[in-house]
Amino acid sequence: MWRLLPKEVESLWTLFTAPVVWALHFLLSYVGAAVFCEKPGLLGEDFDNLRVAIGLITVLSLAVIGVSALLAWRQWGFGTGDPPHDDPTRRDRLLFQGYATLLLSGLSFVAVIFTALPALFITECLR
Amino acid sequence: MTREIFISGEHQRRDGDAEPAPRRSSGAVRVGVPLSAVPLIVSCNGIQSALDPAGEEARQVATLFWVMTVGGLAIWAGVIALALYASRWKRGAITTEAAGRLIVWGGVVFPVTVLTALLAYALWLMPSLRPFGDQTQAGLRVEIVGSQFWWRVVYHRPDGSSIVSANEVRLPLGRRVEFSLTSSDMIHSFWIPALGGKMDLIPGRTNRLSLQPTKSGTYRGQCAEFCGRSHALMAFPVVVMQPGDFESWLAARASASPGVVESRSAETLFLRHGCGDCHRVDGTQARGTSGPDLSHVGSRLTIGASLMTNDAETMARFIAHSQSLKPGSLMPTYLDMPSADLDAISAWLKGLQ
Repeated sequence: MWRLLPKEVESLWTLFTAPVVWALHFLLSYVGAAVFCEKPGLLGEDFDNLRVAIGLITVLSLAVIGVSALLAWRQWGFGTGDPPHDDPTRRDRLLFQGYATLLLSGLSFVAVIFTALPALFITECLR
Repeated sequence: MTREIFISGEHQRRDGDAEPAPRRSSGAVRVGVPLSAVPLIVSCNGIQSALDPAGEEARQVATLFWVMTVGGLAIWAGVIALALYASRWKRGAITTEAAGRLIVWGGVVFPVTVLTALLAYALWLMPSLRPFGDQTQAGLRVEIVGSQFWWRVVYHRPDGSSIVSANEVRLPLGRRVEFSLTSSDMIHSFWIPALGGKMDLIPGRTNRLSLQPTKSGTYRGQCAEFCGRSHALMAFPVVVMQPGDFESWLAARASASPGVVESRSAETLFLRHGCGDCHRVDGTQARGTSGPDLSHVGSRLTIGASLMTNDAETMARFIAHSQSLKPGSLMPTYLDMPSADLDAISAWLKGLQ
């Protein structure tokens, strides 16, 4: 696993991965539910299908965020160094970025669950 | 509240020069604390309080409020206790590991758990706050149309007949009532705090709201979305009646008021002054719909959408001075109307029971 993805992916882009997944998950869930309820028949008839779909994209999003967190953890040296990593060196920059990415992944993980929670309780368009 | 405390503080300062310091503060506390508690106590009950529920939905909203408040207070007390503990009683340094553990448990695990629990509880309440029944078995449906600055109220009975009224909502105790809400001009919001949550009235759209009153009495509803100069004056009384009383009340409104024929001359004046162009009165030629239906206006608790108590005198004042009493409304002032006409029309309207 650790050799599967080259170290070169450790760039500023990895920092954005988890929040972007969170944003996409949010948009898909909310826009999907809005279109489903406002345009009956366009995305299906059974509200439970919508809930299952939201469940599936939630699992997928959590998995991507999990991978992002694992990569960030690797970049951070698996927690061997102590923050704040503020020396002006390449090594500290990498460690700091890994640490920040890990924290953002944690935030995005919780946020995706919170975004999906309504689908657990809401059973039809009107309720 | 602030002003009262401030005034009491001023008092104490002025005659405080000759007084010992402790007495000064205890005086301010004696006056200020009970005064500051007054709005808190007052806001917990009354005809327009979400914390004094008289309906099933309002009860759930109040429970949610108290759960959130008590939960928030408990967390606040815990944080303050921890801050006092750290700053007063245990001022020594703690190890990096202990600080890290505190951050992870107190700053990550605890808030995430608490927020998840509170969010799940609030979401779990949502379906029961919108308990729409099957359209075919719906009982009474009340249509509300918001306009600047009044409410059209149409009762649709299960048998298909409908009764038009305005600026007052009457509901049967214990029965579930479904409201369909829309607006004729701009966004308003329909809110009876004692009975449930608020719902917007949006032009071109029909929103639904379901309420079940559980306590009879008279409450107050209010427009909760700013809609112009007289927004604050766009309110309505809500009367929750015994189901039998409600049915007979509704039945009496299905036909013209016996008061219509009491004074045919007043009716003629009403029409001659153009009132019928905007207002409808059953049993007369007045068929306007751009203003509130006045068929049984005399029996309403208030006039001008909860602006004033309903009697012939306030009715005359409203007709003559509507723009100063309710700025921005479509109702023109009738300052030039002869007072004899004004009195006759007001008395006739008050007689429309």
